[in-house]
Amino acid sequence: MWSGYLWQIFEGAVVTAQLTLLGSALALAVAFAAGLARLSRFSALRALSIIYVEFFRGTSIFVQLFWVYFVLPFAGISLEPLQAGVLALGLNVGAYGAEVVRGGIQAVPREQYEACTALNLGRFQKMRHVILPQALPLMLPTFGNNAIELLKGTAVVSLISLNDMTFQAQIVRSQTGSTLIPFGTILILYFAMALVISRGVRLIERRVTRGLDGTRS
Amino acid sequence: MSEPIIRMDSISKRFGALTVLDGLSLQVRPGEKLALIGPSGSGKTTILRILMTLESISGGHVEVDGEQLFHMPGQGGLVPANEAHLHHMRTRIGMVFQHFNLFPHKSVLDNITLAPILTKGVSRRDAEVKARELLEMVGLADKASSMPSQLSGGQKQRVAIARALALSPKIMLFDEVTSALDPELVEEVLNVMRRLAAETDMTMLLVTHEMGFAHDFADRVLFFDRGRIVEEGAPDEIFRHPKQERTQTFLRKIIAAGHRV
Repeated sequence: MWSGYLWQIFEGAVVTAQLTLLGSALALAVAFAAGLARLSRFSALRALSIIYVEFFRGTSIFVQLFWVYFVLPFAGISLEPLQAGVLALGLNVGAYGAEVVRGGIQAVPREQYEACTALNLGRFQKMRHVILPQALPLMLPTFGNNAIELLKGTAVVSLISLNDMTFQAQIVRSQTGSTLIPFGTILILYFAMALVISRGVRLIERRVTRGLDGTRS
Repeated sequence: MSEPIIRMDSISKRFGALTVLDGLSLQVRPGEKLALIGPSGSGKTTILRILMTLESISGGHVEVDGEQLFHMPGQGGLVPANEAHLHHMRTRIGMVFQHFNLFPHKSVLDNITLAPILTKGVSRRDAEVKARELLEMVGLADKASSMPSQLSGGQKQRVAIARALALSPKIMLFDEVTSALDPELVEEVLNVMRRLAAETDMTMLLVTHEMGFAHDFADRVLFFDRGRIVEEGAPDEIFRHPKQERTQTFLRKIIAAGHRV
């Protein structure tokens, strides 16, 4: 009899994985956009980035999700539950990521920027070929943390009728009266997903830090 | 006499309340080798950083190769230079830093080829041919595929010199290029610079504490103190018969500290 219930939980796990993957992808894109905007020479872009980061860090994901799903339709933007979930999670975590991007870029020693000037590289070339390749290894560990935070934050989407893993576990619990089995199962599943993320990030880390071992030159 | 390739006209540089350069004027002839000496904080490094556009100026004018460095023709005369103008001006100038500033994530070869490929549109193949020639010249032909972290300080600095040369600048700036090196590695870098001075007609400005090298290398030595050029002249005049008391005091201290003249 348990296989049917477990199947329900696995269906929820697929939703959770989708939200995590798509949300992280959006968060990453937004983090770079906002993080680079924060360091722009145009004050309007900097201001926009600050407003975005402070707003999304300063309000709860629960409230943000509510607005994206229930209030945006009044402005003519109706989203599917999954779209709304990805949008809210991505924007929320992206705000944290933006600070990581900014910090990583600023942690690259000033001398590297000066070498770029001396070699007459343009702004974009400097970022693309010199600064970001050195900043990325500094950002990755925190990106990994953010992605795991996002994974654990996905449970809020039951607010907008998405049947994620936690929601499904509650259904199973109410149907069977057992708490241990559904919640034991999702405990393992969350842990496994988090493990995949941290292992994946570690793998990428190892790739991008190749050659950066030892002292900076 | 030919037109100066660098003309600095009463430039000043202030950091807040601190005056680093104080109404300094300087002219450099094409091909001239100049040694800038003086106590730390005297403004000699700032001169190089201004020429490389790493620092702006608080007042005055800088002309390089017949064009204003920080200004450009605009409506009603000269206007502050934009990024495009600075880019245009920087093509004539290369700089080697005290701490090498190699790109740690790129191989020796990529360090050298990056800028020619990106800024001059040189093909990768041509850039690599030239990079290998330059590595040959600095005695590091076998290190092309090494990463900077695998090199000694002297080797890093020779790569940094090759990297700057790859852009074929008319003017090369050397900012205390041996100061961060272990004593036994200094000579290999100085040898490269001797060869450069002998074999090319590049204009070179050298900030250094190696007085013996400055003596052999330079056509003219400038002694800086407190943002001004206190004394200048041929190496023999400055090192053997300094006229100013501050120059004499400085050289005595340097000799006492164990530097050769």
